[in-house]
Amino acid sequence: MSGAISGYLVFAWSGVLLFGLGLFGFIAHRHLLRRLLAFNIMGSGAFLVLVGLAQDGRGVDPVPHAMVITGIVVAVASTALALVVFRRWYRASGRTDLPEDT
Amino acid sequence: MILRAILAGLLSLGVIVALGWAVLERPAPVENLPERVASAMPESGVEHPITAVLLNFRSYDTLLEIAVLLLAVVVALALREAQPDRPEQMGLDNPLLRSVMAWLLPLILVVAGFLLWAGSYQPGGAFQAGSVLAAAGVLLRLAGAHLGWLDNAALLRAGLALGLLTFIGIGMVVMLPGVPFLTYPEAHAGTLILAIELTLTLSIGLTLLSLFRLNPPYADDPDDARTQGGPKP
Repeated sequence: MSGAISGYLVFAWSGVLLFGLGLFGFIAHRHLLRRLLAFNIMGSGAFLVLVGLAQDGRGVDPVPHAMVITGIVVAVASTALALVVFRRWYRASGRTDLPEDT
Repeated sequence: MILRAILAGLLSLGVIVALGWAVLERPAPVENLPERVASAMPESGVEHPITAVLLNFRSYDTLLEIAVLLLAVVVALALREAQPDRPEQMGLDNPLLRSVMAWLLPLILVVAGFLLWAGSYQPGGAFQAGSVLAAAGVLLRLAGAHLGWLDNAALLRAGLALGLLTFIGIGMVVMLPGVPFLTYPEAHAGTLILAIELTLTLSIGLTLLSLFRLNPPYADDPDDARTQGGPKP
């Protein structure tokens, strides 16, 4: 297919790479904070794919953009919630990972 | 451990290749969404396509996302530990930050208001304005302000739920003439969207600020929990 490396697809390719990197970090690390960071990188990759693919030949498609904008705020809120849960978990158990991972 | 890393690397590489292939070979969209949005713009009540999608064409999605935000902050409220809130422990309470804040705060509020207003004709809107508001709150908090009014549980809950309740309320009021949920009448769509966005901005800002503020710094050391009779590792 022609235009594989064309302008608008750069975002989608970067998103795919970020998603893969995040997935690697999510599996390879056991520390919960590292996993949360990796998960956020995966999420950013998904957002980039959505935004990148939304601007193909016929102009910008506003529907994925609207999804991403709400998604970012929801991702921030869920990250904060995860941090609250991690802190409780650390305080209750003194561990920074989950027992089934060791 | 090394085996785990190798397996993770292989899996990630596979996922990258598969996703890249999917991006390359993606099917052409059957619907021309940009064109459909553009043709429906006159009846949306706003001039910017993303705001129109967010708060008119797909407002049901946005409603549910606000519900998710509220759910997150409710769970965080339920999980917090009773503890004295000591903003002075943020360690940033210095005169310079305080006086800079006195200059910055009005500016931040103006930016938030502009983003909210600009959302109807250019990029901007409730989510961006709410995030800017929350940033102002976080900065205030870091500068050592007490923000004591947030300790009023009834006020805090009302503020957190205000956006979602207004959204649902307006969505139901427009049903009176017999149209489906969240179908705004064309003549008043702009005003209704602005009202929803205004309350959403306040609630989003308060939600993000509360998520930050509900967990003030304290000794995370589990040894403290032990001396207080907490569970053992």
